[in-house]
Amino acid sequence: MAEKLQLQEVEVWDGNMAFAQAMRQAQIDVVAAYPITPSTPTVHGYAQFLADGYIDGEFVLVESEHAAMSGCVGAAAAGGRVATATSSQGFALMIEVLYQASGMRLPIVLGLVNRALASPLNVNGDHSDMYLGRDAGWIMIDAFNAQEAYDLMLMGFKIGEDLSVRLPVMVNQDGFITSHTAQNVKPFSDEDAYNFIGEYKEVNPMLDFCKPVTYGAQTEEDWHFEFKARQQKALMDSLGVIKDTFAQFEKLSGRSYNPVESYMMEDAKVAIVALGSTVESAIQAAKNLREEEGIKAGVVALRVIRPFPLLEVKEALKDVKAVATLDRSAPGGTLGMLFNEISAALYQNDNRPIINNYIYGLGGRDMTQENLKEIFRDIKRNADEGRLVTPLQQFSGLRGPKLSFFN
Amino acid sequence: MSKIIKNLKQFSTSNDRFEGAHLLCPGCAHSIIVRELLNCTDDNLVIANATGCLEVCTAVYPHTSWDASWIHIGFENAATAATGAEAMYKTLKKKGRLKDPDKPVKFVAFGGDGATYDIGFQFLSGAVERGHDFTYVCLDNEVYANTGGQRSSSTPRGSSTTTTPAGKVSYGNKKYKKDIVAIMAAHGAPYVAQVAPNKWKDMVKKYQKALATEGPVFINAMSACTTEWKFPADQTIDVSDLGTDSLVFPLYEIENGSKLTITYRPKNIVPVRDYLGVQGRFKHLFKKENEHIITQMQKDVDKRWEMLQRREEAGV
Repeated sequence: MAEKLQLQEVEVWDGNMAFAQAMRQAQIDVVAAYPITPSTPTVHGYAQFLADGYIDGEFVLVESEHAAMSGCVGAAAAGGRVATATSSQGFALMIEVLYQASGMRLPIVLGLVNRALASPLNVNGDHSDMYLGRDAGWIMIDAFNAQEAYDLMLMGFKIGEDLSVRLPVMVNQDGFITSHTAQNVKPFSDEDAYNFIGEYKEVNPMLDFCKPVTYGAQTEEDWHFEFKARQQKALMDSLGVIKDTFAQFEKLSGRSYNPVESYMMEDAKVAIVALGSTVESAIQAAKNLREEEGIKAGVVALRVIRPFPLLEVKEALKDVKAVATLDRSAPGGTLGMLFNEISAALYQNDNRPIINNYIYGLGGRDMTQENLKEIFRDIKRNADEGRLVTPLQQFSGLRGPKLSFFN
Repeated sequence: MSKIIKNLKQFSTSNDRFEGAHLLCPGCAHSIIVRELLNCTDDNLVIANATGCLEVCTAVYPHTSWDASWIHIGFENAATAATGAEAMYKTLKKKGRLKDPDKPVKFVAFGGDGATYDIGFQFLSGAVERGHDFTYVCLDNEVYANTGGQRSSSTPRGSSTTTTPAGKVSYGNKKYKKDIVAIMAAHGAPYVAQVAPNKWKDMVKKYQKALATEGPVFINAMSACTTEWKFPADQTIDVSDLGTDSLVFPLYEIENGSKLTITYRPKNIVPVRDYLGVQGRFKHLFKKENEHIITQMQKDVDKRWEMLQRREEAGV
């Protein structure tokens, strides 16, 4: 049996170590993984735990990320707890199998340390990889710092493995800014962490030979639609389990999580909607602007990206006059994903705020306090004028002449 | 546990874990190759299947031909699916979570030559290098049969396929068939073999040896394709006989990467042209301007047979 690790009340971990520790405490049965920056230290950490006798499960060092997810699917279908971690190009390579994992309803947990997609090659953090996976049928959760990476990785197993969910779960954190920055993290003891997740519950395991199962059958126009509809239903319904899990987690830890996180929104007139480590930067900018310029600024962040918490977004932004949606992924000839989806939610409200879109931080370009303040000032003008006076889409933090679209 | 199988009748009446109800073409050799593997053992089986004829013809929802645990992920990753399941088995055994811990479990992957020689080659190589305890069987019909007869890197020189058709200025496929058996032996796999369904006793013996071997095993199975090789559906075994007796498909095995043993020596070796002559895919080679391809193929087959015999003698 694996040895227990004694942890301090507060540990100093980066986001990768937070992932690795949560994976160790989950007592995963099979990890199949392949190295890629910046998620590699997650796997290094896990390998060291294995080498030191803290892990009983198998660690399969495959020859590509496509094989990593393929091995995870084979292992999960055999019947047990399975996880891996990756980034960027590796994630792009495993996309084919992400759809197969969710289609087979296998509760695999993937730690995705967000990084730009080439070309040009870039190892730094943006959300191109996260966005690439958003139609893959996975539950997608976003951590904004190392503590959340640890907490959400633990919760990822509990959510995905819930008998009413049985879907794979992707836990995101920002490459380098979160993954490589040491921060204070309050962990659970090994016992408390494992007891919170619970024993793995098998559903149709291939290793039950009394009841042979066929995984990955073919369905054409006669059945495919019904399968996909059921999958969508399961994904939509998972929001209830996610909320329950957040509530149980809060009881245990005192740390509160919501599908949509709101900061200073009680009296906010303008709000930034963002993901990842930018959320904390935007909170800081909002605080400063409130003090320095009297702008009633707030921040709304998606904790849960899939299933899209439309009602919670509507509620969070119901009283603001202007919204800026910040997308850290090249939008490929349209508006950013957050703009499109937040707009869709707000269109359901009677009072529709003025909404615009900023593309920022591609390839790890810093999102500075000044950039964020500028965005808040922009949307304050939109709010004051009662109409869109800024471009609909702008690039923030770009060198050279200003770039905007849909003007 | 291997079954003791003395004759075909005994074999044909054993429990089927691969059901006869499937959608493979009449005369397809795949079903013979697969059924004999599933029926040669009483051990529990986990089977991974690459996308291809076998997969699309045996698991069309709501039906399945498999009375064994079975998984299909994609075209390229059957080896990885099998070895992921094998890794889970090892963990659960260690943690004492297996339902029937005393009964052996075997992990088997099936893929066509497209899935094996081409798109899944890296996955196969990785799985064998990692040393998982599993058996990979390539159903080698030398063409992408499921997608309509395109060439693969297993397609022999001179074969007319839909992407290398014979024409006014072409004799068909110009590349040589990849020597997958040698490549897999070079991985140092403990057991590598070539089989053919017409030599069923040889095939079953090798299957049983494969399943009893601890570690990765690769088996290349000649699978005559009535549709793409273009011969009548009732002549699968006759065509296969010509394949093994002309030595186009020599039957041999390689242990631990080097010890080569020839397991079938035809009493009467038939000319390669006899094997080619019964298949529509080689029809154009019998035109005068293409005859040199047949001559060259015979030379290549002779040369390889010589090499196999020398390696066997030398024990290397």
